[in-house]
Amino acid sequence: MAISVDARGLACPQPVILTRKALQEVVTGEVVVLVDTMTQVYNCTRAAEKLGWQVTCTEKGDIFELTLRKQA
Amino acid sequence: MRAFRSFLATRPGIVLVGLVLGGLAVTLQKYGNPPNMGICVACFTRDIAGALGLHRAAAVQYLRPEIPAFCLGAFIAALAFREFRPRTGSAPFVRFVLGLFAMIGALAFLGCPWRAMLRLAGGDWNAIAGLVGLIVGTAVGVQFLKLGFSLGRSYPTGTVAGLAMPFVMAVLLVLAFLHPQAGDNAALFASRDGPGSRHAPLLFSTIAGLIVGFLAQRTRFCTVGGIRDVILMRDFHLLSGVLAFLVAAFVLNLVYGQFYPGFTLGTNPDGTVRAQYAAHTVHWLNFAGMVLAGLAFTLAGGCPGRQVFLSGEGDGDAGMFVLGMLTGAAVAHNFLAVGSGPNAAAMVLAGLVVVVLIGTFGREKLPVAR
Repeated sequence: MAISVDARGLACPQPVILTRKALQEVVTGEVVVLVDTMTQVYNCTRAAEKLGWQVTCTEKGDIFELTLRKQA
Repeated sequence: MRAFRSFLATRPGIVLVGLVLGGLAVTLQKYGNPPNMGICVACFTRDIAGALGLHRAAAVQYLRPEIPAFCLGAFIAALAFREFRPRTGSAPFVRFVLGLFAMIGALAFLGCPWRAMLRLAGGDWNAIAGLVGLIVGTAVGVQFLKLGFSLGRSYPTGTVAGLAMPFVMAVLLVLAFLHPQAGDNAALFASRDGPGSRHAPLLFSTIAGLIVGFLAQRTRFCTVGGIRDVILMRDFHLLSGVLAFLVAAFVLNLVYGQFYPGFTLGTNPDGTVRAQYAAHTVHWLNFAGMVLAGLAFTLAGGCPGRQVFLSGEGDGDAGMFVLGMLTGAAVAHNFLAVGSGPNAAAMVLAGLVVVVLIGTFGREKLPVAR
């Protein structure tokens, strides 16, 4: 089961802090991050890519689901 | 899913926008805005407070069209790119208080982070203490955030709530053009001399403001965010835009002949010191004011410009921060706490106490769900 981070409705830079925390905790695998603004999509994507994770984004209504993956 | 990342969200994009914004700012100075004050969210919000009669400082009253245009430019960009999302509920009153004290700190220094850079780009070395203060304040804010500071989530709200701030700003912009005079000693007030009397042509300021708002919304340009992201995770994305702003302003200042280096501008024939424009040389106060501002901006999630742009995107909490700044400007002037004024130190100290208390006790559990 992938770890998920619910960062909806949080102001900068909290979504990034929560995402980094989760990524540093699991090291590799899959993490799902929920955000609700494009700003946070960009911010969390940049933060994850910086740590070597691959990011895909799907829009589900008003919510963006970021799937972060890193091979072991 | 639309284009995952537009050009403006890339590093070259934000650098380009930083260059445009910095260039526009000093060009506004060339065409009439006060020296080293082409764009200043703090000063201009303060001037608007004066125009509305919220304070009585006769030299700083003018309904600056740039601020409403920033909000409306961001509003247009958000609508055009389907990013207009009415939302609120993340401790609006605390954000009002943060906005109020951020403004008190910024006005002790005499400028927002944007103006701090414009002052530096114009040769006003007093800006250095302010910028160091801004970095320190932001660093302290980052520590609070790392320890779990949060003002809680915002939640989607109705369209009316999201439109409220753009509507208010549109009314201000219309007022700026119509400039109604209710009568003697009544709003709108307009300075006859001093910074409030110096402004670029209304239409130029408005168009420049709309461009700034539009581009800033697309790039998420944020001065405090730039410093914060470097401290938090060595990410230079936003800072590269901020540095581009500084470089463009500096180069164009040289081109326009607007660069006057020094802590002061020398002495007058009668021996008195000529200060840099809208600046003072009390370095510790420049520093402390911007520590307060930087901390308050960081806890609220962004610099004053960013708060205005967010309010245009439908963020009602950012709108409360902007109203806090408007009120803070009035408080700072009415209580003589602006610049090196007699009560500036006391007000900045009080602000630091309040904002540190908010940073210490503002906690909301945000667990990482498994």
